[in-house]
Amino acid sequence: MDLKWNEFIITGDPLILGAQISILLGGIAVVAALTYFKKWSWLWKEWLTSVDHKKLGIMYILSALLMLFRGGIDGLMIRTQLAKPGMEFLDPQHYNEVFSTHGVIMILFMAMPFLIGLINYIVPLQIGARDVAFPYLNNLSFWTFFVGMALFNISFIIGGSPDAGWTGYTPLATNEFSPGPGQNYYLLAIQIAGIGTLMTGINFFVTILKMRTKGMTLMKMSMFTWTSLITMLIIIFAFPVLTVALAMQTFDRLFGSVLFTLQGDGNPMLWVNLFWVWGHPEVYIVILPAFGIFSEIISTFARKQLFAYKAMVVSIVTISVLSFLVWVHHFFTMGNSAEANSFFSITTMAISIPTGVKIFNWLFTMYRGRITFTTPMLWSLAFIPNFVIGGVTGVMLAMAAADYQYHNTYFLVSHFHYVLISGTVFACFAGLIYWYPKMFGHKLNEKIGKWAFWIFVIGFNVCFFPQYFLGLDGMPRRISTYLPEDGWTGLNMISTIGAFMMGLAFLIFVYNIYYSWRYSPREKTGDAWGLGRNLEWATTSSIPPHYNFAVLPEVTGLDPYWDMKEKGLDQQKNTDYKPIHMPSNSSTPAIMSALMGMAAFGLVFQWYWVGIVGAVGIFITMIVRSFDYNDGYYVSVEEIKETEAKANK
Amino acid sequence: MLKKLKPLSLLLFLALPLMLAGCSTPEVLDPKGPVASQQSDLIILSIIFMLTIVAVVFVLLTIILVKYRERKDHDKYSPELHGSMLLETIWTIIPIIIVVILAVPTVRTIYSLEEAPQPKTAEAANEDPLVVHATSINWKWVFTYPDEDIETVNYLHIPIHRPVEFKLTSADSMAALWIPSLGGQKYNMAGMQTTLYLQADHVGTYDGRNANFTGEGFNEQRFKVYADEEADYQQWVEDVQNSAPELTQYKYDNLLIPGVYEDGTAEFNGTHLQWIDHSKNADYTLEAWDRLGYEPKNPHAKDKSQNLLREDEIPYYQQDNTVDNSDEDMDSEEHAHAGHE
Repeated sequence: MDLKWNEFIITGDPLILGAQISILLGGIAVVAALTYFKKWSWLWKEWLTSVDHKKLGIMYILSALLMLFRGGIDGLMIRTQLAKPGMEFLDPQHYNEVFSTHGVIMILFMAMPFLIGLINYIVPLQIGARDVAFPYLNNLSFWTFFVGMALFNISFIIGGSPDAGWTGYTPLATNEFSPGPGQNYYLLAIQIAGIGTLMTGINFFVTILKMRTKGMTLMKMSMFTWTSLITMLIIIFAFPVLTVALAMQTFDRLFGSVLFTLQGDGNPMLWVNLFWVWGHPEVYIVILPAFGIFSEIISTFARKQLFAYKAMVVSIVTISVLSFLVWVHHFFTMGNSAEANSFFSITTMAISIPTGVKIFNWLFTMYRGRITFTTPMLWSLAFIPNFVIGGVTGVMLAMAAADYQYHNTYFLVSHFHYVLISGTVFACFAGLIYWYPKMFGHKLNEKIGKWAFWIFVIGFNVCFFPQYFLGLDGMPRRISTYLPEDGWTGLNMISTIGAFMMGLAFLIFVYNIYYSWRYSPREKTGDAWGLGRNLEWATTSSIPPHYNFAVLPEVTGLDPYWDMKEKGLDQQKNTDYKPIHMPSNSSTPAIMSALMGMAAFGLVFQWYWVGIVGAVGIFITMIVRSFDYNDGYYVSVEEIKETEAKANK
Repeated sequence: MLKKLKPLSLLLFLALPLMLAGCSTPEVLDPKGPVASQQSDLIILSIIFMLTIVAVVFVLLTIILVKYRERKDHDKYSPELHGSMLLETIWTIIPIIIVVILAVPTVRTIYSLEEAPQPKTAEAANEDPLVVHATSINWKWVFTYPDEDIETVNYLHIPIHRPVEFKLTSADSMAALWIPSLGGQKYNMAGMQTTLYLQADHVGTYDGRNANFTGEGFNEQRFKVYADEEADYQQWVEDVQNSAPELTQYKYDNLLIPGVYEDGTAEFNGTHLQWIDHSKNADYTLEAWDRLGYEPKNPHAKDKSQNLLREDEIPYYQQDNTVDNSDEDMDSEEHAHAGHE
């Protein structure tokens, strides 16, 4: 790549300069604090090398919150630029980079890690296991995700961000039309993170199938565990397609192959197909766990078993199958035959059937219940009407002949924000608040939480509802500005106001984390809400000890912990302790992932020697790992007794 | 208090943009031709169904939240209730019925849009659709009238009441031709040809644009469609044929350099099809860049200037490079089909 040294760091933009300075200062502050409080070794030994699914879950969630902030700033920049016609806040090139990174970050570095974080923390507890099937792999998954995320995020200060949209369509994304390192960042960062996701998929699929506690048959699993299982199955089938497609485009850009290019009879439309063969199942990867979270919360705070459990299971399985049969609806306008468009219209509309069944089942879970309006319940209740709006507009988009008018417009933008925010983001908030006492030993403040909730939900509707009408009025997505005579000014302004309300709500939410850390009363039992139904609430202390259960629980039916409480069984009475085998921490995954980051960074700038050094390093860490004979350690009975006694105080 | 506020506030925010939008009909729902009206009808049909579903869920949710919220007495509490064959069957079958009801007109319209709109009068029935090649170039539109042997940049004239058969292709990035008042969009793709039928039934000026993101100049890849009476349209064609400058290959190749068209619009005598049909040869644009000395530059490069060569510096333009497209028509049809099926 013909890159001059003075082009390596992006200069000349006050916004980027501001970001560079704050990143530098923030970095110095973190390093200084860790050094001053002598926390480096604690950080490395207790967290970064940990194979404990609970700590990994928390690290995933923290990274995701950071990315929600970054992606949110991108979103606010987009909305500021569009508030009025002819705004000059961002020039088109900068705008293109901002919306491209907004999309990639929100889907791949926010939604997925947030949900994977919750799955990491909760699923092993819900199936009554002490860790995942492959704890070492779990740490490696986290680190590949983290390195991919970091690589993607530095692009805007070093070399320039990708600017071909989160879809990276060819031929726009080929060297001729997207010169510079930007698109290379996209390809390599997602590649590394994607490998981690695939490993997570395999890990949790095996964990859920093989590590369930005694008595927990598949049809006795909690709904969150079920949705996680199916999500992992989708990951296992969908992510290899992405891996291969990214590798192909990387070869086009770095090594001159002609797979998706204009020249040499390349087929750019093959990329579009491959991208969505992964991309559509991806949407279900981020929505199914959300469905699981809502199922848990609604059933808990309605104090009733989930309505039609079997139908819910059948629905998610049906959705997962259909998710692989609808990818063409992302490009009905490609001039496909009428037969193809008809087929994919019908399969897409068919997804609304199992989804509709689920909506009614959630409603009837609350029927004849005792509904309490806690914050996690409020987020779950807000999900239902908002998701229905997103869902029905999805059916409208599925009608190919009408889609020719919606495609590439704000109608579509509004639709997918309605399903992804009211589905995934509401679920992330709901799940985090619901399981917060499990992770940190105290609840988030309900009053502040409700403020954040109302401002967010109202802001969300103010932001995105007008966009349906902008779409119908002919406003295409991804334009960086428009003309006064287009007549889109009023609705855009309203939309921008709504976006800033969501930003405010996020700040309140973050403040609540600080406030509750200072002032919330500490939980004394494992069942913080007093209404817990599944095994994650059956632990002796609010934050489970590192081995989770001193004695593994036995399950006889659905909602096992609720059942135990009904029958007056006390999990903690059982003191027949035996030594517990636990996996040891390992430092190779972090080092291996850092080397992957180094190799990828070299490839981004086509400095092949850096790439080669990194690749050799990866192999060396693999060899080191394969000679690692440490197969864990035992927690002694004395230590268990001591820990359990402390927990019961 | 909160729970009572919730449905209320939601309704309020549903109503707000509706009122705002009520000032003028959105472009897509104000069709100016038969294609757009078929789509508009389908959209309105779907909106009616969807509003019904939304209403049912909202009402049900409100009732359940009000009725079964936590109270002092729990006489309505039935924790053992966790399934009902009858109810589950009902809400499985009703969505299936709705999907079937919507699928039928959808499929019918999909097939109908593959054909030119049906003529309304006997005289119109004898006329073939007007053929216009619409070629997207970063970031401009070139409209080619092969039978009239003229070409325009960033605007076009069409006669009303006569179907227009757009032959879409792209010189570079994938674009989408979209004229919301006349009908939905379709992709323009290099090395392929897609067909889009549109028709205007009212005299007027309509906005058209590229709807698919193509990079830096994407905002400005817009054009105007002038729908005229037949006689006015013929007059315009004659004017262009009499007064427009001749299109040369050098001029055309210069259009292929990425950029917004500085002069806004232009018209030419002769068409680029004599040298290149982008639906058959996707390499041409990059070859033209080479000839002219254009190099793609990193958007963050400090020096983004280009040193393009003048026509007299390039021997290629001193020779005749026309290709014969006339007897390849059959091939091109097949190629187009192979390309997008």
